Amino acid sequence: MTKQDVVITGIGLVSSLGEGPDAHWSVLSQPGATPVVDETAFAPYPVHPLPALTLDSQIPKKGDQRQMEPWQRLGTYAAGLAIDQAGARGLVSDMHLIVAAGGGERDVAVDEAMATAYCAVPAEEAGRALNEMLATELRPTLFLAQLSNLLAGNISIVHGVTGSSRTFMGEEAAAADAVRIAAARLAEGRGGIALVGGAYASQRWDLVLLYGAGHALWRGPFAPVSARDGTGGFVGGALGAFLVLETAEHAAARGATPLARLAGVATDAMHARAGTSAATAAALWQKLGAPAGGLGVLSGMTGVAEARGEEDAFLAGLDAAAVRRTGSLLGHGVEASFPANVALGALALSRGGFFPAMDPADAGDGPVERILVTGFGQWRGEALALLERVA
Amino acid sequence: MKDHLGRPLVAVTGIGLVTPLAWGREATWAAIVSGTSGISRIRRFPVDKLRTTIAGTVELPEEAAGGAIVPSPIRVERMAAAAVEEALAQAALGEGGAFPGPLMVGMPPVEYEWPQRFELARQANGDGGYAAATKVATGRRDLYETFLFGGVGERLAARFGTRGAPIALTTACATGASAIQMAVEAIQRGEADAAIALGADGSVQPEAVIRFSLLSALTARNDDPEGASRPFEKTRDGFVMSEGAAALVLESLEHAQARGATVLGIVSGCGERADSFHRTRSNPDGHAIIGAMRNAIDDAGLTPADIGYVNAHGTSTPENDKMETLGMRAVFGDAPPPISSNKSMLGHTLSAAGAIEAALSLLTIRDQVLPPTINHREPDPAITLDVVPNVARKVSGVRHVLSNSFGFGGQNVCLVVSAAP
Repeated sequence: MTKQDVVITGIGLVSSLGEGPDAHWSVLSQPGATPVVDETAFAPYPVHPLPALTLDSQIPKKGDQRQMEPWQRLGTYAAGLAIDQAGARGLVSDMHLIVAAGGGERDVAVDEAMATAYCAVPAEEAGRALNEMLATELRPTLFLAQLSNLLAGNISIVHGVTGSSRTFMGEEAAAADAVRIAAARLAEGRGGIALVGGAYASQRWDLVLLYGAGHALWRGPFAPVSARDGTGGFVGGALGAFLVLETAEHAAARGATPLARLAGVATDAMHARAGTSAATAAALWQKLGAPAGGLGVLSGMTGVAEARGEEDAFLAGLDAAAVRRTGSLLGHGVEASFPANVALGALALSRGGFFPAMDPADAGDGPVERILVTGFGQWRGEALALLERVA
Repeated sequence: MKDHLGRPLVAVTGIGLVTPLAWGREATWAAIVSGTSGISRIRRFPVDKLRTTIAGTVELPEEAAGGAIVPSPIRVERMAAAAVEEALAQAALGEGGAFPGPLMVGMPPVEYEWPQRFELARQANGDGGYAAATKVATGRRDLYETFLFGGVGERLAARFGTRGAPIALTTACATGASAIQMAVEAIQRGEADAAIALGADGSVQPEAVIRFSLLSALTARNDDPEGASRPFEKTRDGFVMSEGAAALVLESLEHAQARGATVLGIVSGCGERADSFHRTRSNPDGHAIIGAMRNAIDDAGLTPADIGYVNAHGTSTPENDKMETLGMRAVFGDAPPPISSNKSMLGHTLSAAGAIEAALSLLTIRDQVLPPTINHREPDPAITLDVVPNVARKVSGVRHVLSNSFGFGGQNVCLVVSAAP
């Protein structure tokens, strides 16, 4: 089977810095960009907040908006931006979809009231109260706003994407495999066009609770990724990131202009981080088989110290022309970060440039011919994507 | 060794099953063939005030012995591990923690449950607020690694020594079928010679029962648990939540034959089609489920006339069974093959259903017995199908089975499983 080239023809990007390719390019292509940070709402955990969105522009029906909470709205919105940039509205019925999803929102007020009221009550009695209260307090539609696969479901409903629909779960690694498999399916001839990505709504206590439990979140005043001492941690960043992928032939046949070529995606997952991740990533890099020169790296480094140490070791052996830690400006968006960095890579290649330093540890200013996206995540998984200029 | 599209044929060489009927493949299958219901009163937690108080449940041995009730991710992992162990033993491949291929894990989303919330609130001196819970939970690696979406897959991958990153996925009620499709595609594209596909679900906990109940999806036929799931029957009024796991060891037919493995069957076709109509309902024209069924049959290089039996999605909701009938008539015309629903006995095992039903479809071909749709008392005149009512049927010459899975969110996946060539 001959592998077909896969290109990126649309990116949908929303972050605390704004939305769309122009907004991100204008902020990130100038030196001295500063992050948008809220240090109080979830103190001691800073977050990069969601920008104001004109939801009606991508989710025209109020009924659809009401059926979602911020996470699904953000993802559905970003997916629409990608479809628009690709000029692919007419192709959605045969467009394949892979979403990397986390869990949906909870009703925080109900959770807090119930936990306070019944935590000290004997289990049988608490159970009875729970049954009664949940049945009356929970909105029926919240379940649908909460189900992980319903981000994909909403993208199908709102944008009409119905070629196929899959939802991967598993934090950062799920997103990298979503991109890998979406591209592999196109390359082997399973369809001509696909939509892949994820979203992260950073302003959620339930996520702070989950990730905070693992010491995965940075506590205290904002600091760039490389400067987070101790066990480190990530600063959650509101992030919606979707990519329209096509076979080069499919894009050419309809006159679409590719932003970049997705030359390869490689993933693995070691069962222990320390001492193994760097070598694993180096093996993935060999597998991608790119020439070493002119390499710009967009690192998905989270700030979690163990993963950061391994990634630093990997990067030290890479001889890259330039390394940029996007997490210091965008924050970390878990399932959205890998596709967001692929989107930023495609953006840079399409504009014929690269980004100035984003983090004090970012080095190199050499000319960039191809871009490597890294994804070591917060806990498990090693992932790389290689982007090249369209010939 | 290659299919009609030049792709490697993908063989099944191991099957593992855990269901409310039994821990184990043959015991589950024997109960299915004898038309046994696995549905009972929920005993795991108080059911006062609940509209629905019945389910199919799988207790862990320590729970049955009176131990604490485990949260969903632990139940999922334990059932999945048992199913994979059984499948690996049958396949005689990759035992001892060194499986030569990837792991595809169909599972439900997981999150902290009420026992965890109550525990954190107690530690925070009765403050149930998220800020207080976050403070006392900081550093609780046990909670973090249990409830991360990647946790179950990571632990299973480490235990069985699968290769590459494990992929956990959800397509609602089609999840198990999607996991099999992912594994088949990995082998077809030459990523690996073998793969493990599994579907598992363990969601019978108060909040999940209430949430499905609030969507009016569950039957409340609480007085008659064993008769509550009645797919395709006139008085059906909702599905019964259930739990379980199934694992398949898949490998290229060439790889299986080269090592002298017993081939249990072939996954010959996978088809999918998403629906854009509604979050919980199919488009009334049925095009997405019809498309998924046709795509699977086409992918297998077959025609509808080749399909000898259909393993239904058959949830027992008024809507699904009506739409599935419409799909059957559209795809198969005036002479549809027999169709039956395992969910009449197992209930709806949600993320596990697609994998369990694919496993049972393979056993159907092996033993040439169509499992029944039990609880078929009053035929629905709108269901113009042979649903193999109440009693299993001995058949001969069934070589190809279509297994349907249709999910909330419009995610539809159909598989064709076939006899070994």
